[in-house]
Amino acid sequence: MNDLWGAFEQAIRLIVSRDPEVMNIAWRSLWIAAASTAICVAICLPLGSLIHFNKFRGKHLLLSLLQTLFSMPTVVVGLFVYVMVSNSGPLGMMGLVFTPAAMVIGQTLLIIPMMLGLVISSFSGVDKAVMETATSLGANRLQAYTINIKEAKFPIMTAVAMGFGRAISEVGASMIIGGNIKGYTMTLTTGISQYVSMGLIEQAFALGIILLLMALLINIAIYLLQKRRQYVWFPS
Amino acid sequence: MKKFAFYLLTIVMIASISVTCFACSGSTDTEDQSGNVLPKQTRIRLATTTSLYDTGLWSLLEPMYEEEYGVELDILYAGSGIAFEYGRNCDISVLTIHSKADELKFIEDGYGMERIPFAYNHFVIVGPADDPAGIAGMSPQEAFATLAEQKSSPFISRGDNSGTHSKEKAIWAAAGYNYSDITSSGSWYVSAGKGMAPTLMHAGEVGGYTLSDIGTFLANQGNLKILVDSGSIMLNVYSVIAINPTACPNTDSTNAANMVEFLTSDEVQALIDNYGMSQYGQSLFSACFGNEPTE
Repeated sequence: MNDLWGAFEQAIRLIVSRDPEVMNIAWRSLWIAAASTAICVAICLPLGSLIHFNKFRGKHLLLSLLQTLFSMPTVVVGLFVYVMVSNSGPLGMMGLVFTPAAMVIGQTLLIIPMMLGLVISSFSGVDKAVMETATSLGANRLQAYTINIKEAKFPIMTAVAMGFGRAISEVGASMIIGGNIKGYTMTLTTGISQYVSMGLIEQAFALGIILLLMALLINIAIYLLQKRRQYVWFPS
Repeated sequence: MKKFAFYLLTIVMIASISVTCFACSGSTDTEDQSGNVLPKQTRIRLATTTSLYDTGLWSLLEPMYEEEYGVELDILYAGSGIAFEYGRNCDISVLTIHSKADELKFIEDGYGMERIPFAYNHFVIVGPADDPAGIAGMSPQEAFATLAEQKSSPFISRGDNSGTHSKEKAIWAAAGYNYSDITSSGSWYVSAGKGMAPTLMHAGEVGGYTLSDIGTFLANQGNLKILVDSGSIMLNVYSVIAINPTACPNTDSTNAANMVEFLTSDEVQALIDNYGMSQYGQSLFSACFGNEPTE
């Protein structure tokens, strides 16, 4: 209990004093996860639309494969990306190993299956009449897909929040790909495991509390955005 | 609102992706800890064994090296097993390590240049203060044999192919045991698979024994006590090895050589020799100026 209470005090102290090292780590965690989520959204919305609105052989197989990959262990993704970007690996000449950019690649790969799966399932909640109306009014494919995405925006936002949550909270991939270099690739989660291995339990907890607070703030923001829009769109 | 959300998303995406591109263009401007942008700098990567990091030694040496040579030092904190793997994959330019047999093999395989010892201390066998197995004052081999015969007190092994783990295997061999027999001899032998400080915590929690370097132990004592600290087999030598440019053409030989020079310089050697004196009443490491320590 001493550890926990001390950790809480320390977390507050680190936040209030805007401890430069902790702020740096928190900011890095935030932008790496945000970049991964953004790239993932840019890939998943068009790809999800294509998969959802097209019939092809093996579609069901693909969907169950995606669901299986929801639970892909982060270390496996980490190991895969490390082997690819390592200086002796196939992408070695790009010099990406142990850089934040490589961590973004890892986190993007990690959350793509989940986000793609959730995006496709949110499309299936949209009334088919939306697409039919749009097409009959002369919308081309791209416009029709865009309208469909807009109709599914609330579940898509939830998918984005979940993807971001998985990206910012994972430790295995970031540790292996980024190497946990202080001041360069250390994130909140790899910092926590670093502090634990140095026996600094309070500092580790403090970083954990900061991580939770950041996730909380982001989820509150998404919740407010959804709620406000529902209020505007569907006044009671 | 619709437009607002769309713009927000677009801005976040563009910002994040541009930050990523910024970060992936190799040696770019970096930020120091208060967020000020520093001029372009070379980065050099070093893999270090956990004990040199867990004791805080690298936190002291890193800014010194960076200031002296004007390069950004990226330290990868790893057990010796993975540190050698980084070396074989050409992902680092230099490593600081303490696993002599593996080091010699690494060099023989053509991955490393010269092995240069820069610090040493001793391993210790630590355990509960009341010492239920009664190993206090024994030789390391006797102590291990006693634990293996009794099987009543847990022994927590690093189990991670680290330098400490290699040393543990060497002691089992010296005590006349086959290591695979030990690992399969029952629940008293626990392979923890983690770094030194967590392993010490683990041993403290379960009232078990473990092998530790003296430096990490002094920094993470908990309720454990040193029971065996003598015997020439307990010598723990830290050396620095630059990666061989023949095996890894992309290695930063200049800065790796600077690192070797830095670690064996009189200034740093004096610092290593006194490191921990004020905090623990004894220094955690002894200097050896590039020579193999004998005692």
